Amino acid sequence: MGRESRLRIKTLVMVLAMVACGTVGDLLLKRGMMQIGAVQLTPAGISTAFHASLTNYTVWIAIFFLIGFMLTNMTVLSWADYSFVMPASAIGYAVIAFVGVTVLGETLTPRRWFGVALICVGVIFVGQTKPRTTEMAASAESVQ
Amino acid sequence: MIRTVVVMALFILAGCAGELAMTYGMKKVGEPERLRPRQVLQFVWRAVRTGWFWVGIPLMALNFYLLMVLLSWQPISLVIPASALSYVVGTLGAKYVLHEEVNALRWGGVCLVCLGVAIATAG
Repeated sequence: MGRESRLRIKTLVMVLAMVACGTVGDLLLKRGMMQIGAVQLTPAGISTAFHASLTNYTVWIAIFFLIGFMLTNMTVLSWADYSFVMPASAIGYAVIAFVGVTVLGETLTPRRWFGVALICVGVIFVGQTKPRTTEMAASAESVQ
Repeated sequence: MIRTVVVMALFILAGCAGELAMTYGMKKVGEPERLRPRQVLQFVWRAVRTGWFWVGIPLMALNFYLLMVLLSWQPISLVIPASALSYVVGTLGAKYVLHEEVNALRWGGVCLVCLGVAIATAG
């Protein structure tokens, strides 16, 4: 396998991991915050919600996944173009739509399907370009 | 309405500037030698000690705060589709600030993603 192919596969795997972590983290955070209930925008209300979130397991699992998102994002940006990673990660919208329809039994309007289809075609277009167009980043060891 | 447009512009600029600073910092740090937990943690340790990381984080925090402000003023069906413009602004930043090569195919993909997100998330 050529160097270019390896770089492309490595980048796409990392983007998928980033999307998976971000999507799961967001969904769990939403579930956790729904368990806590609506936050009152007063100092006492925010304080109560903060303490409730510290003792909520779902929020902690969400934070774990969101840290995973941050790590994968930082790692992939160390070698791949921002203009490659950013649009490619929009595939998360399609993943959420797919999960919503297949797992949660939601229905999508034709307009939303059209939007998701455009995103997928856009991601395919971006995926055909070189993941890295700038100079080779310095190796990790040489920075030390 | 002008207030919303100004804050929306600041929201998009802060998010893109934060991501661009983060990308610049990560490129300076260099990729991990191997994608193993130890090497990745060493990479993260080096990353958090670079100045650009700490330029990016407050800008991303500002971006998040401005999103909260916008959502308190306008419906989500307006805010999220409008924020799709950040794909185009971010790509312009990548081209002119980070000097990435953005060819016609990548521009086409970015525009389709931007349009798709706007259509899929509009109320």
